[in-house]
Amino acid sequence: MILRSGFRHGVHPADSKHLTENVPIRRMGFPTEVVLPLRQHAGKPARVLVARGDKVERGDKIAAADGFISAPVHASATGTVAGVELWPHPDGSMAEVVRVTVERYSPQIPRPRLVPRWEGLSPEEVVKAVQEAGVVGLGGAAFPTHVKLSPPPDADVELLIVNGAECEPYLTTDHRTMAEYPERVHFGTRVMMQCLGVDRAVIGVEKNKPDAIDVLTATIPDDLDITILPLTVKYPQGAEKMLIKAITGREVPSGKLPMHVGVIVQNAGSIATIAEVFETGLPLVERIVTVTGPGVKRPSNLVVPVGSKLRDVLDFCGGLTDDVTEVLFGGPMMGAPQTDLDVPIIKGTTGVVVLTRAETERHPVYPCIHCGRCLDACPVFLNPQLLGSLAQVGRYEEMEASHLADCMVCGACSYVCPSNIPLSQMFSLGKAALQKMATKVA
Amino acid sequence: MSDPRFELTASPHLKGGATTRRIMWSVTGSLVPIVAAAAYFFGLSALLVIAAATAGAVLTERVFGTPGSLGDGSAAITGVLLGLCLPAGMPMWMAFLGGAFGIGFGKLIFGGLGQNVFNPALLGRAFLQAAFPTAITTWPAAGGSFTQLRGDNFALPLMRASSDAVTEATPLGLMKFEATSTPVGDLFMGSTAGSVGETAALLILLGGAYLAIKRYLDWRIPVAIFVTVAALSGILTAIDSTYPGPLFMLFSGGLMLGAVYMATDPVTSPVTRRGAWIFGVGVGALVVVIRVWGGLPEGVMYAILLMNAMVPFINQATQPRVFGRSGDGMVTA
Repeated sequence: MILRSGFRHGVHPADSKHLTENVPIRRMGFPTEVVLPLRQHAGKPARVLVARGDKVERGDKIAAADGFISAPVHASATGTVAGVELWPHPDGSMAEVVRVTVERYSPQIPRPRLVPRWEGLSPEEVVKAVQEAGVVGLGGAAFPTHVKLSPPPDADVELLIVNGAECEPYLTTDHRTMAEYPERVHFGTRVMMQCLGVDRAVIGVEKNKPDAIDVLTATIPDDLDITILPLTVKYPQGAEKMLIKAITGREVPSGKLPMHVGVIVQNAGSIATIAEVFETGLPLVERIVTVTGPGVKRPSNLVVPVGSKLRDVLDFCGGLTDDVTEVLFGGPMMGAPQTDLDVPIIKGTTGVVVLTRAETERHPVYPCIHCGRCLDACPVFLNPQLLGSLAQVGRYEEMEASHLADCMVCGACSYVCPSNIPLSQMFSLGKAALQKMATKVA
Repeated sequence: MSDPRFELTASPHLKGGATTRRIMWSVTGSLVPIVAAAAYFFGLSALLVIAAATAGAVLTERVFGTPGSLGDGSAAITGVLLGLCLPAGMPMWMAFLGGAFGIGFGKLIFGGLGQNVFNPALLGRAFLQAAFPTAITTWPAAGGSFTQLRGDNFALPLMRASSDAVTEATPLGLMKFEATSTPVGDLFMGSTAGSVGETAALLILLGGAYLAIKRYLDWRIPVAIFVTVAALSGILTAIDSTYPGPLFMLFSGGLMLGAVYMATDPVTSPVTRRGAWIFGVGVGALVVVIRVWGGLPEGVMYAILLMNAMVPFINQATQPRVFGRSGDGMVTA
């Protein structure tokens, strides 16, 4: 069942992880204010439960899940609600947030055990506890974890894959989590395996994290069938479908979920978070974030209260150098650029990467010379050359017919294009245009 | 103090690999030894012809092309390649005209770099072949002093060219019309009559190997051409030994230069890797067919131009199978 077949195509950017791969995780102090968006997960935004002036304690639920594919939001610090209002969101929009003024001199001791102990819970109770704890995937997409834990009854899930690939350059969030908290990774894996009723789990880790591979291998619980699988370093191995292909050789059909081929994938950091909430009894109120890049003075791996402003996090890392050009949430291949230092770190923020002129130099765009490098790079075997030429003249329906929907905007094509054609950006725009047309028709 | 200002750009925020500019100039650079060999075998005349063809290509690009498009290096490649596949004794004005035609009608008329259907250098040569059939088939012998001109390079347009240079038939011409074979060793080293840059097979292969290792050209195309030509001519010689053998076919005429430098032009060759194999096999087969049964001794130019015309169809027929879908685009069960 484990084929280690790897996946075809992909690219090899310099991993640049040396800045933080050996830096132990530290805790950042509480900022003076936290900003908690109601939309920090895939699905419906949470419904706010508090109003201006309310006192909240660390771990209190301040917004409830709105339906099944949704997650609650908890106060990440003790303080007073300063407002429920619109605020800059990391995705570039203005979004509704709960702003909490953090109480000075508060010891920030959480209420005792808001999440029940795991031992003795039925799978249904585990799903409920995980949802109530606000746990979502921490690998970037922030898909609510409890949804993954409750596959439909007809799904035949037989393998859990823990995604420790962390293929984005610079980021070391999952690396440090696996190296420093291997027991949490294994405990979280145990929780998920029990909940899903699977006997077998594989933790896939790229070979550029040898310490994590060693520590995880040495700490596998005796009673669990867990394999630590070293993977060749290649982007975008951390993409769910690529990882499943690399480990099992199975191709998830277009538009289908991993469970269609009997697999559930969960990111290593998220798995550790499941363990953490059951261990501490505290809902998801903080996360590990890599703050790195040539533009930050003290690259670090930090435990940060959710809702901390980018400004406070950067200050804690010694501030920025003078030649900074871009500040990204996420890695440099798929990360979102930030322009406002007041945006909050949210549950899905895997890292803060600060780039300087040297990395972000603008290159002139040349015409496409049909060299085919983009076809060699595309991990889902699209023809970016064709899609790009269609995008250039706005022929979006034809892009759709050429399977634009299968593009996951990983950026591999843009990365390799010798003519510097912004292919993946054109594909994002094409997707948006098609969506607009679809809503107009509907 | 106000916050620093950040740039807002779309992902990915990193850039890797070669640039088009670097690819183009690397190709040009790899032609330098071949130009040097041309000068060694055909003297000053070779340099004059190459310079004239390059000047024609570059000036046309400069005058009619997009501002700044000279910098991408593609016009220079076209000019040098055209020069390399002309005979040394050709009047410079003809070479210049060929370069200008190649860029003007072979590339710019389609919309410039990346838009053209046919290899511009070969289109320039096809034009010269049609316009000046005598001049382009007057082959000076290799060797002789550097300064001795191999023809009336300085002839004025439309004037009768006068020359007393020693000419001889090309190996392919000898084969076709006189049934005489040339030693393969001479072909390999380049000391035979022919276009100025097509005779030194060794240097062309070295340049191609360099570009292939750097991944600046798709090795599948020349390999497919070589294998096809060798296989087909091998079969033909086995049937009837008067047909030329594989080694002669591989190392004579413009096959090396064409396979390594012309057929691999990314713009006019297929974008898919499977397509590259088909394209190469097609070129190889056409070369053998034209050389063996056609009226001309050499067929590389027309073989590549014909296959250039097939590229859109090859691309369409070799689209990759999308991940999670079957070959016909349906979602896999």
